[in-house]
Amino acid sequence: MRPKIPKKVLLLGSGGLRIGQAGEFDYSGSQAIKAMKEEGVDVILMNPNIATVQTDEKLADTVYFLPLTPEFATKIIEKERPDAIFLSFGGQTALNLGLTLESTGVLKKYDVAVLGTPVQTIRNTEDRDLFVEKLKEIHVKTALSRGTRSVSEAVVAAREIGYPVMVRSGFALGGEGSGMVGNETELKAKLEEVFRNVDQVLIEEYLGGWKEVEYEVVRDRSDNCITVCNMENIDPMGIHTGESIVVAPSQTLSNAEYHMLREVAIKTIRHLGIVGECNIQYALDPKSHEYRVIEVNARLSRSSALASKATGYPLAFVAAKLGLGYTLTELKNSVTGKTTACFEPALDYLVLKMPRWDVAKFEGAATRIGTEMKSVGEVMAIGRNFEEVLQKAIRMLNVGAQGFTAQKNGNFTIPNFKREIQYATTRRIFALGEALRSGMTTKEVHALSKIDPWFLDKMKHIIDIEKTLKQKRLDAARLLEAKRNGFSDAQIAIIKNSTEEKVRTLRHKCGIRPWIKQIDTLAGEFPAKTNYLYVTYHGSEHDISRGQNQMIVLGSGPYCIGSSVEFDWSCVQALKTVKKEGLNTIMINSNPETVSTDYDMSDRLYFEELSLERILDISDFEKPKGVIISTGGQIPNNLALPLSRNGIPVLGTSPENIDRAEDRHIFSKMLDTLQIDQPGWAELTTPTQAKKAAKELGYPVLVRPSYVLSGAAMSVAYDEKSLTKFLKRATDVSSDHPVVISKFIENAREIEIDGVASKGKLVIYAITEHVENAGTHSGDATVVLPPQRTYLETIRRAKASAKKIVRELNITGPFNIQFLAKENHILVIECNARASRSFPFVSKVTGYNFIDIAVRALLGKDVHADYHTVEIDTVAVKSPQFSYSRIKGADPIHYVEMASTGEVACFGDSYAEALIKSMMSAGFRLPRKNILVSLGKEENQVKLLTSIKTLAEMGFKLFATEHTADFLLENKVKCTKVYKIHRSKKPSVSELLASGDLDLIINVPEKALARESEDGFILRRKAVDLNIPLITNRQLAEAFVTAFHEIREQKIVIKSWEEYKQG
Amino acid sequence: MKLFLEDGSIFEGTSFGADTPAAGEVVFSTGMTGYVESLSDPSFAGQILVCTYPLIGNYGVPDPSLFESSKIQAAGLIVSEYSPTYSHHEAQRSLSEWLKASGVPALTGVDTRAITKKLRDRGSMLGQIAPTLGEFVDPNRENLVARVSIKDKKVYGSGPIRIIAVDCGMKENIVRALARPEVTLTRVPWNYDFSEDQYDALILSNGPGDPEMCEQTIKHIRQAMRDGKPILGVCLGNQLLALAAGASTYKLKYGHRGQNQPCVDTSTGRCYITSQNHGFAVDEKSLPASWQVWFTNANDGSVEGIRHSSRSWRSVQFHPEANPGPTDTAWIFDDFLHELAGRRRITIKNI
Repeated sequence: MRPKIPKKVLLLGSGGLRIGQAGEFDYSGSQAIKAMKEEGVDVILMNPNIATVQTDEKLADTVYFLPLTPEFATKIIEKERPDAIFLSFGGQTALNLGLTLESTGVLKKYDVAVLGTPVQTIRNTEDRDLFVEKLKEIHVKTALSRGTRSVSEAVVAAREIGYPVMVRSGFALGGEGSGMVGNETELKAKLEEVFRNVDQVLIEEYLGGWKEVEYEVVRDRSDNCITVCNMENIDPMGIHTGESIVVAPSQTLSNAEYHMLREVAIKTIRHLGIVGECNIQYALDPKSHEYRVIEVNARLSRSSALASKATGYPLAFVAAKLGLGYTLTELKNSVTGKTTACFEPALDYLVLKMPRWDVAKFEGAATRIGTEMKSVGEVMAIGRNFEEVLQKAIRMLNVGAQGFTAQKNGNFTIPNFKREIQYATTRRIFALGEALRSGMTTKEVHALSKIDPWFLDKMKHIIDIEKTLKQKRLDAARLLEAKRNGFSDAQIAIIKNSTEEKVRTLRHKCGIRPWIKQIDTLAGEFPAKTNYLYVTYHGSEHDISRGQNQMIVLGSGPYCIGSSVEFDWSCVQALKTVKKEGLNTIMINSNPETVSTDYDMSDRLYFEELSLERILDISDFEKPKGVIISTGGQIPNNLALPLSRNGIPVLGTSPENIDRAEDRHIFSKMLDTLQIDQPGWAELTTPTQAKKAAKELGYPVLVRPSYVLSGAAMSVAYDEKSLTKFLKRATDVSSDHPVVISKFIENAREIEIDGVASKGKLVIYAITEHVENAGTHSGDATVVLPPQRTYLETIRRAKASAKKIVRELNITGPFNIQFLAKENHILVIECNARASRSFPFVSKVTGYNFIDIAVRALLGKDVHADYHTVEIDTVAVKSPQFSYSRIKGADPIHYVEMASTGEVACFGDSYAEALIKSMMSAGFRLPRKNILVSLGKEENQVKLLTSIKTLAEMGFKLFATEHTADFLLENKVKCTKVYKIHRSKKPSVSELLASGDLDLIINVPEKALARESEDGFILRRKAVDLNIPLITNRQLAEAFVTAFHEIREQKIVIKSWEEYKQG
Repeated sequence: MKLFLEDGSIFEGTSFGADTPAAGEVVFSTGMTGYVESLSDPSFAGQILVCTYPLIGNYGVPDPSLFESSKIQAAGLIVSEYSPTYSHHEAQRSLSEWLKASGVPALTGVDTRAITKKLRDRGSMLGQIAPTLGEFVDPNRENLVARVSIKDKKVYGSGPIRIIAVDCGMKENIVRALARPEVTLTRVPWNYDFSEDQYDALILSNGPGDPEMCEQTIKHIRQAMRDGKPILGVCLGNQLLALAAGASTYKLKYGHRGQNQPCVDTSTGRCYITSQNHGFAVDEKSLPASWQVWFTNANDGSVEGIRHSSRSWRSVQFHPEANPGPTDTAWIFDDFLHELAGRRRITIKNI
């Protein structure tokens, strides 16, 4: 008998995207909602991530944009009284929140059942000791580990475990003091130093160089248990799986090993009693059949999202159904529609996942990779040999690399490649290429990297092909061989000193075209109506025939800083609208963490490169009616012109006009012609000119390359020295286009218009206002809708400028314009003729789906109507979500280059309420007692005086650094003076930080520059590392204090989105 | 070298095996690992194996003690991409070297998915690997079992439980699964008459081809049934037991070959992932009244195991011994051994 399906279920989301917890949980949550809706469940969703698909109208019945904290969750439970709760679809955030709700008795009090894996099982997987104990019961091996408190204890433990051992000083910051130790003498020497700083040291079995293998396991309440996918990390143990290049299925495991680990997986998961989906990770000795279980994640994870996309098996959907009480045998394989869901997919292709890092965005951040995750996104390549998927994946990263080899410029040359192979960095894959090109043998490279020789041999094969191509004539056979091994036309062009176009023409003349293959979960064994496709050169026929009446929507590619889930949201809306308008949809995307790549989002899904070559291949075959490039962010936007030059109809604003907006030089000239004000600017071609221009404009100046998103390489130069440095960086990022420098206007406010136009006429727009002054990148700013401090006249003027630009560029579709505002004066900084990051925010706040309107405009529909977007009854605030705790060494301040990895937004009946909720949703905790204030520059001190006074009046104990303290005391604000870190005087900042008593640090640096002073940097960095809430922006500090003061008087109300909509 | 199919289609590839032509029945297997086990599985005798997983040869070929029989049994091998480089601690040589030494041809660079779809739609076909088209040979007309069965009786162990295993092309892992200190396992040729032997139970192994070719074996099984001996059949053994019981078998359109076949135990509803390699199946409708369907295939509903309602006679169509494939159903051997041990009042250790 199946248990009764609950009537009302609370689903916990994962909040803002951050490193280690990204868009994959939008995918898993959306699937869970679909699964529940199919069963008629009333779904309550709690997730402050407004840019997600799961928080869309018509998915969950009730949505709460609220901080994922026990207090707010309890209030929702109190109000909604759900029958049950799902903890496993919102990453570690949801899992931890759920465990707290259980341990504090909230779930019991309100009689809320936990669906899926029982709480005790979750605890058994989360608590290391319990976990080891449970696995011991069934003789499953885990890595040996002993906690020791002295050198002598450690020596005994190491003897028991056997050398070499891994020494881990558990609680030291950044894993300092960890490492492999070969013998007792070394151990003693190392420990004497380590025990000076920490009390406990873990002595662990050393598994460095062991293979790292994962299985995704599904189990139902009747104990049916299957492994849906296995994956092998190319980077062996020692590198976090989120930082590793991963292949599925495993490539170097024999049948015996594959099934030994599979058997252990099933045995373990049954013993633990998981219901739903989980992931089990192993270390496997490359020299024997020895294995160790590393961990079990009793929830949907990044790996499970990857496994879903890799196999076509909808893990999250199935897990939700199993949680509701179904068994695997009662569910169908949704790809075939006929066969059962209780099976294990057979792949007739392989996939490769590659992490996307953005560490270069953070000055001073370490590029070393290891046991902690730093990557911000990932791509997945599908193909039929390793070389093909490796090269595809590297291109999919969209970092400018052409593949494994044959790069366009020197950005991927690694001088000290041996070092970067041995001590892995984010560029290790290119270092491997360099090493093999230099003639190192795979054996030598293996000795440095411990990467299995099988993978290295394949990499070597790519280098060998490159050498042959270079030396020999390019005939049909060699061309086909190159294509089968993943070489792009552009790559071949670089090798042969030709052009991409010529190679393409030659290729077509030779009759070499790629084949389109289906992913059907059963390796072709049963006929399947699957729409999940990839492109390969290994084949002799297409699996499908050309579709009819089709429109392509280009996806956003990998998540990175500046391009995140909000573009996926826009693409999903675009697909829905195109379908609704009676056309068939084709989605092309390379990012496995997305909803747009779900099997049921489009009529055809090409999991492919967003490159000119590949889109032309697909277009040649499908002959679509057109392609939508304006919803996926900068990657598709940059393809507009090349696609249109190749005869592909690009919908909406003409590619030439898109280009006029993108090219900063042309755009600035255009504004001059239109007599629209903009900050003083100059185009430069040489550093000398630049310096001259900067002097004329007057420092500080803003240095900006063209065609970039999220201000890549955008910087504020305060003097000639920093200008020279930034110029170099800017030309590295976008070498084909000139750099523009403009006057950086201080103390100006920033407002944005997100809108839709049709044939050059403005259709709908929303004006948002930044809390922070100009100088904070728009992606890092706290954004308010409707504006709170902007005069109507300013809004009127902004709108007037927008109308002029829209007309001049003859925009059809979405656009975004950014302005500076000083008093009523308006200056345009930039315009993008595409959807911006804030489209989901403005759509959900105004109640008009801007993408739906934009796409209908793209399709030539009449979209003019009476839209009301200015008079809004509620206030919504969007806050950035940062991941600084993961980026060791980065300075957590706001500046012109974007650093946030995600965003959250909350509604409120007042600005104060919305702001506080929104900040809390991004991880901010309200102070209770002690606040440290450290303000650079007198202006900051003067302007924040009122706020600081308010905090003092509210009863907070204030601490202030030297100058700030002097200033506050002069102004009769009571505070304790603390001495800066570099001084040895007491009481010091260091002492205060170490005391653990600080609830909030307000540190506003003198200049918006990373590491402008060492003391300030250390203070901010410590705040992040010690998890102390930190505000580094003056306007935000002011806004926060005002709001906090206001909100303290009253209670924060719990209202759903639906309630706000009803007013 | 080319692969020629009965329907006239031709697939060109690059040879990486022996430079000799071969003919046989073309079948596909969807397993993602286990080319060593499959190639040495006698059930593949007479067949040209197409691997749907595109990368084959990655982990080389280990010591013959890890094979499923002493040699490559398949007539030929077709892959999308052969990996000439290999890496594994147990590897002793490359797959190409093994194929060449065994005189078995193999092709790489072939669209194996295209072939699979053809076989799926048209059913199994005859084919040949050759430079030019020659004669097609239907291996199912030959008594393949006679070809692959051992020639002389072989005894493993000296335990109190005496089991006779009829080798119709038995995989080594069946022997490994049954060889316990408590067991004496006597492996006999397919047509060996064991009715005069002293034994406690009978195992009917897997094997190639059409079960109806094994009339002699069926006759012996009927005798064992009359003698009231417990019987466990695997794969071909399932079909032979069914025929001995009076049921009939038929040829599947393109068979089940892979490691992901879901089979439901009809008594518990539990679903197991099984390893399979068979072209024939038992016809459910033909089962006599005293017999029940033990397992069904969750995908196509075909019979995956039968058992007698009162006697200790049972068989499964899949491979509980795995190799290649999942080990989910290894308990079938264990249960059988436990039952035999119970009759003798002894316990089997280490299960």
